[in-house]
Amino acid sequence: MLGSYLTLAAVLFCIGLYGVLVKRNAIIVLLSIELMLNAVNLNLIAFSKYGVVPSLTGQVFSLFTMTVAAAEAAVGIAVLIALYRNRATVNVDEYDELRR
Amino acid sequence: MATVFSQYAWLVPAFPLAAFAILTALGRSLSRTGAWIATVASLASFVYSVMIAAERLAKNAEDYIGGFAWLRAGSVNLTAGYEVTNLTALMLVVVTLVALLVNLYSLGYMKDDERISTFFSYVALFTASMLGLVLADNLMILYVCWELVGVCSFLLIGFWYRKPEARAAAKKAFIVTRIGDLGLLIAILLLFWYMPGHALDFASLHNVFYAQSGIISTSITTLIALLIFLGAVGKSGQFPLHVWLPDAMEGPTPISALIHAATMVAAGVFLVVRTFDIFAAAPAALDTVAVVGAFTAIFAATIGLAQNDIKRILAYSTVSQLGYMMLAVGAGSTTSAMFHLFTHAFFKALLFLGAGSVIHAVHTQDIREMGGLGSRMKITAWTFGIGALALSGIPPFSGFWSKDAVLTAALDDNPWLFAVGVVAAFLTALYMARLFFLVFAGKPRGDAGAHARAKESPAVMTAPLIVLAALAVVAGFVQTPFSGWLGSWLTGGAEEEHASGLAIVASVAASLLGLYLGWLIYSKGAVRRDAVSSRFPRLVRLAERKYYIDELYDALFVKSLRGLGKALSAFDDVVVDGAVRLAGRSALALGRLNTRLQNGQIQTYGLAALVAAVVLVLAIAGRRFW
Repeated sequence: MLGSYLTLAAVLFCIGLYGVLVKRNAIIVLLSIELMLNAVNLNLIAFSKYGVVPSLTGQVFSLFTMTVAAAEAAVGIAVLIALYRNRATVNVDEYDELRR
Repeated sequence: MATVFSQYAWLVPAFPLAAFAILTALGRSLSRTGAWIATVASLASFVYSVMIAAERLAKNAEDYIGGFAWLRAGSVNLTAGYEVTNLTALMLVVVTLVALLVNLYSLGYMKDDERISTFFSYVALFTASMLGLVLADNLMILYVCWELVGVCSFLLIGFWYRKPEARAAAKKAFIVTRIGDLGLLIAILLLFWYMPGHALDFASLHNVFYAQSGIISTSITTLIALLIFLGAVGKSGQFPLHVWLPDAMEGPTPISALIHAATMVAAGVFLVVRTFDIFAAAPAALDTVAVVGAFTAIFAATIGLAQNDIKRILAYSTVSQLGYMMLAVGAGSTTSAMFHLFTHAFFKALLFLGAGSVIHAVHTQDIREMGGLGSRMKITAWTFGIGALALSGIPPFSGFWSKDAVLTAALDDNPWLFAVGVVAAFLTALYMARLFFLVFAGKPRGDAGAHARAKESPAVMTAPLIVLAALAVVAGFVQTPFSGWLGSWLTGGAEEEHASGLAIVASVAASLLGLYLGWLIYSKGAVRRDAVSSRFPRLVRLAERKYYIDELYDALFVKSLRGLGKALSAFDDVVVDGAVRLAGRSALALGRLNTRLQNGQIQTYGLAALVAAVVLVLAIAGRRFW
């Protein structure tokens, strides 16, 4: 049972990773990050139910993670809006500030 | 008598050293003034040396040793000090006097040279290091000065570095003497190893090798002595390392007089005399010195007979006379060696400066193009004649007394050495007669216009000639067969009177015969000049080509070394440099790749991190299967 949950989480994580690395649109990149986070949540819950030592703590942890993820998404969107105002684009290829 | 002046003997080399520093610091802005600064400094040295010598003339003057601790490493103490003995006092006077006169002479000779202040600064440095060599109280300091002297010689031979011959000669002199220097260095290291307490000062050497001989085994002593002698052979131009000295004549003539006739080349003889205790403890080494000296004396004299360059004849004569000095040391008579060094310094410097005066007037060095200069250059001709007579060993000139002392010593040691010495004396007289009559007597040959313009050199050049000529006449009387004043002063022993009728008669007869034959051939023409060369063309050609020694060395050493050098250079180019270039290029390529990655896009970085993580995981997982 645990195996199928973990596989699903791995598939979700890979889809998210693909999106982060490949997509041009910054919004989609942010969405993909959420996808990866949720894959982690799925893992946490799966282990809390079917792990070696089942415990409710894992589910509580996943609630915390969701809260943090919401906050992170908010910050991410805020940064994105600031960037958009500056550069007038959401194309990630054109964000090369790190080279400066 | 107190050692008032000797205490400050370090001042003697300090004056020219200061002059060198001033000239180097102020350089070209001084030009003519710089020459005077150097001359005044050498005058100061000379005056002070004379005061030291005067102090030492007193009976029982004590040797003075001063200095300071230079290096302390473990139990080893190296001192940098100076030692004033009668021997060093004598050398001080000789070196400073010749240096002073050469400085004066150069004021005239180098007048039109634009690098005159550089020239004088080199001369000052040379004088300082030569005086340091003389004063050194241990072998280490002596070696430092020895090398400094070599460097100055190199700089001054190559002074006219635009001439390719001068450059080649400078390099040759430096490299050839280096062979000898290496020998000296190894000898010093061996002494350092074997001497009790690692002492290198001459006083300890004297104690170990003379007073308590037997501390160091005879074989090691012989080895050390031979290596020291190798150093002397290099510096003093003895066979087989004599090849650099004649080539060194490419330098300015005053330099030939100062360095390559009177002082530096005598350093080898001085070294052997200074370390004579070591040689005395190794009879085999002493015999080697005598044989090499005798061979060099006759060998160089035969070459000198066939040369046509006025300075080269004198150079071979110098080699030959240095051979005499070595012969004297080898025969066990340091006194006569120093005596000959003393007189030779004066008359050979005189001859060189006279030759310089001639070259200055006619602008050629080939004696076949000279002739008849005696009437135009009276002072030069007279002084040169005196020098030639002194060199030939005609009484009562100084060369006679010293040569006689050398020959007497040789006769005491071995009749064969004596015979070689007498033949060399005959050859010496012959080539000096040839030189003198070809240059100053007869009719002008060569370019008539140049001869018409030839006139006596200025007073600043002739005055040193006159002083040296006077010295060449009287310097011999300090040690005659009838009063061994110099010997007893130098060695501190009783006055020895080595009168040997055979030596006097033989040497005078040989010299007179040589002069007479020279006069017959080259002045009177009673014997045809090509009488010998037409009958034995091979022999004359052999001497003219200096016995093909240069060619032999070229074929044996220079070519093979050059081949080795080329091979090594190719190896360096391909393998060593190749490896370095490979490392450099690969780093560069890696850098280029990384620049491509460094595009500022977070996604690329993320991809790189992902790839790295995957590789890491694969590597860790894959370890199980190895």
